[in-house]
Amino acid sequence: MGAQVRVYKRRIKSVTATKKITKAMEMISASRIVKAQRKVAASSPYANELTRAVTAVATGSNTKHPLTTEMERPSRAAVLLITSDRGLAGGYSSNAIKAAEQLTKRLTAEGKEVLPYIVGRKGVAYYNFRGRTVTESWTGFTDDPTYADAKAVAAPLIAAVSQETAEGGVDELHIIFTEFVSMMTQTAIDKRLLPLSIDEAKAHAETTGAAKDQILPLFDFEPSAEDVLDALLPRYVESRIYNALLQSAASKHAATRRAMKSATDNAQDLIKSLTRLANAARQADITQEISEIVGGASALADATAGSD
Amino acid sequence: MAAELHVELVAADRSVWSGAATLVIARTTSGDIGVMPGHQPLLGVLESGPVTIRTSEGGTVIVAVHDGFISFADNKLSLLAEIAELSDEIDVQRAERALERAKAEADAAAALRADVRLRAAAGAH
Repeated sequence: MGAQVRVYKRRIKSVTATKKITKAMEMISASRIVKAQRKVAASSPYANELTRAVTAVATGSNTKHPLTTEMERPSRAAVLLITSDRGLAGGYSSNAIKAAEQLTKRLTAEGKEVLPYIVGRKGVAYYNFRGRTVTESWTGFTDDPTYADAKAVAAPLIAAVSQETAEGGVDELHIIFTEFVSMMTQTAIDKRLLPLSIDEAKAHAETTGAAKDQILPLFDFEPSAEDVLDALLPRYVESRIYNALLQSAASKHAATRRAMKSATDNAQDLIKSLTRLANAARQADITQEISEIVGGASALADATAGSD
Repeated sequence: MAAELHVELVAADRSVWSGAATLVIARTTSGDIGVMPGHQPLLGVLESGPVTIRTSEGGTVIVAVHDGFISFADNKLSLLAEIAELSDEIDVQRAERALERAKAEADAAAALRADVRLRAAAGAH
C-alpha cells in the first residue's frame, strides 16, 4: 500500500470514531429533551396555580408590597443570566450571553446600575475572562435542575430586592433564559420578573388558561392580605426561576442535539470525500505499478533483443 | 349526593393528588382550618403539617405538606406546596432517622419536617 493511501485510511478511521461519538451524543440529548420537557410540564400546574393566587391577591387587595410597587427612580437592577455548564451546544450559551449584553446596555442607558447573577459555567467564564464582577454565580445543575436549585438561586435575589436601594438592594429583577419554543426553535429572551406587573401576571394566567373567568372572587385572606402576599411573592419568583431553569435545560439539550446532528452529518461528508481521495490514491498506485511493470518488461525485452 | 369540592394538590415539581372531596383540613399560620363545599373564597398561608382530605368515596387521604398555600374559589380547592408527600409514600424509617439526626444537630427546621412526615404517616395507619 502506498504511503498516501495509508494516510487517508488513518484519517477515515479517526473521523469514523468521532462520528460514532457525536452520534451517541445526539441520541443522548434527544432522550434528555423529552425528559426535560416532561419536567416542564410537571411543574406547570404549580406555576399556574401560583400565578392565579398572585393575581388574586394583587388585584383583590390594595396592599402595597415592595415586590409589586414600581420605584419612582429605579437605580439598580439585578440581571439573572442562565447559561449552561458545558459546551458542544452550538450557539446556545452565546445567544443567552448576547441577550444579556443587550439588556445590560439598555439598562445602563436608562441610568441603572446592573448587577449580574449568573447560572452556568459558560456565563461565568465569559464574565471572568472580561474581568467583570459577578455578584453571585451558581454552577453544576444546569443539565437537570431541581426545585431546591431554583430556591438556592432565588434566595439572594429576593433578599436583594427586599433590601433598600441605599443599602445595596436592587429595584428591579430581570431574568434571561432560553425559551423552549419547539424542538427546532429556542430563543433567548429577557423578562422583568420584579416589580411584578399585574398585567403580565394576568396575561400569563390567561395564556396558560388558568384564569378564564374575568371576575376574580372576593377572597378571604388568612391571616391577612399582606402576610399572604409576603409569603406568596418569593414562592412566585422561585417558581418562575424554576420554570426558566427547566426551559433552559430543555433548550440546551435541543441545541446539543442539533449541534451533534450537524457534526455527525459533517463527519459523514468528510468520510465520503476522504474515501474518494483514498480510492484515487489507490488507483494512482496501481497505475504506477502497472506502468513500472510494463516499463520494466519492455526494457528487459529491449535488452534481450539487443544482445541477440 | 352529598356536596363535594374538587381538590388539586400540587407540589413544585409534580401534581400529587386530585379528586373530589367532602372536607379538607389544613393548618394555616393562624390555626387549623376546615374547608367544606360552598366555603367562602379563601387564600391562606399553610404551615408545615399534615393535611387531611376526606374523599367523596368515604376514604381519607393524608398528606405531609411543607410550606405552601391553600386557595379556595368556585368550589375548587388548590393546595400548593413546595414539597408534598402522600402518607403512603413516606418512608417512616428514613423520617425517623432524619428526626434523630436533626435533633442531634439541633436543626429545628429539619426536625419539624421529619416530625410532620411521621405524624402524617402515623395518621394514615
